Amino acid sequence: MDTLILVIIGLVAGPVIGGLVAGLDRRVTAWFQSRQGPPIMQSFYDVAKLLGKEKMVVNQWQILCAWVYLIAAAVSVGLFFAQGDLLVIFFVQAVGAVFLVMGAMSAKSPFSQVGAQRELMQILAYEPVLILVFVGIYLVTGSFSISAVWELEQPLLAKMPLLYLALGYALTIKLRKSPFDFSTSHHGHQELVKGVLTEYSGPYLALVEIAHWYETVLILGLCALFWSTNVFWMAALLLGTYALEILVDNTMARMTWRWMLKRVWLLGMGMSVVNLIWLYAG
Amino acid sequence: MFGSFIKKSRAKSPWIMHFDCGSCNGCDIEVLACLTPLYDVERFGIINVGNPKHADVLLVTGTVNHRNKKVLKNIYDQMPEPKAVIAIGACGNTGGVFRDAYNVVGGIDKVIPVDVYVPGCPAKPEAIIDGVVVGLGKFAQKVEEAE
Repeated sequence: MDTLILVIIGLVAGPVIGGLVAGLDRRVTAWFQSRQGPPIMQSFYDVAKLLGKEKMVVNQWQILCAWVYLIAAAVSVGLFFAQGDLLVIFFVQAVGAVFLVMGAMSAKSPFSQVGAQRELMQILAYEPVLILVFVGIYLVTGSFSISAVWELEQPLLAKMPLLYLALGYALTIKLRKSPFDFSTSHHGHQELVKGVLTEYSGPYLALVEIAHWYETVLILGLCALFWSTNVFWMAALLLGTYALEILVDNTMARMTWRWMLKRVWLLGMGMSVVNLIWLYAG
Repeated sequence: MFGSFIKKSRAKSPWIMHFDCGSCNGCDIEVLACLTPLYDVERFGIINVGNPKHADVLLVTGTVNHRNKKVLKNIYDQMPEPKAVIAIGACGNTGGVFRDAYNVVGGIDKVIPVDVYVPGCPAKPEAIIDGVVVGLGKFAQKVEEAE
């Protein structure tokens, strides 16, 4: 019964937190550019408007793919709140990510196609990092279950600092922020229009956007696990991480997928492996 | 309740698609000026999306000619309803000084239905923002009539 309540809290809180984070993000970004920026609620207005638009699809696959992406993202957040198994969460969110790409691939538009290829590269870059983080959590707690993390006396960050940095790469890629925003640019009037999202429109774009909020919450939740012993430090860690994320987004240019693979695989996975060896030997 | 929130959101999140139909770039520079920190149209939730499938409002600058009238029609058709069209500048409204040229069809309204005409050569950013606000009122009206 408790689990069910936690799942419902997760499913409801996911989009609310995700939407507010997105709104706050745009506000802070506007402040960096000495603008006023949109209201904090802007993301909700955007999604509500999209839900009210005409349904226009290139083919039926897009409808299926948008729904599967949303459901997978929502289920992974639900599982996370229900203290589920990290590996199950990982696979469920990976299925969602792949369906987003498949939906983009089903349309012939070159923007959508190139965006889908780049999104695949991004998945290729961050998924190994995520799995290595989960392996690290397993080495510390002896279990893939999230409930084992809450029983720790000492925050995970003390034992997995390098893995946290590597998770930062995954967070940046998942948030689709610079320098890793090449599969779908934040501003649509650029070389790739909207990349993977180009061919999704109206209500289906809204579904993809809600799924994106769920994914943001999932990855931020993973970051929160790193300081599970104290709520205030957890909040400070999340705030600090996200502030750094916005700073990086605003100061970096968009890079190529080759640059990303080199950085994430060499640095990100290198740091992860060093941390894992340290955990294993120590 | 959710229906009224959607209705309210339409006016708060107009995504714009800007199409240069054959303008001298004067009006285009003014359109882009709206996005700069000075005018900052993102305050009103306005985003330049560059993709007709995501757009609510089509801003068109410049005259229509025989080569690009199909492109204009195509972009208009790709936008999901509800949508509004705003013609910007003297050329977009009527063809301007080029109206008698052999290759010019005329204003935007010769090809697609226009909701708002923003005059000027070039149109001022304030006038363009005003045009978008009026356009939003128009498409709220259209939605209600359709219901």
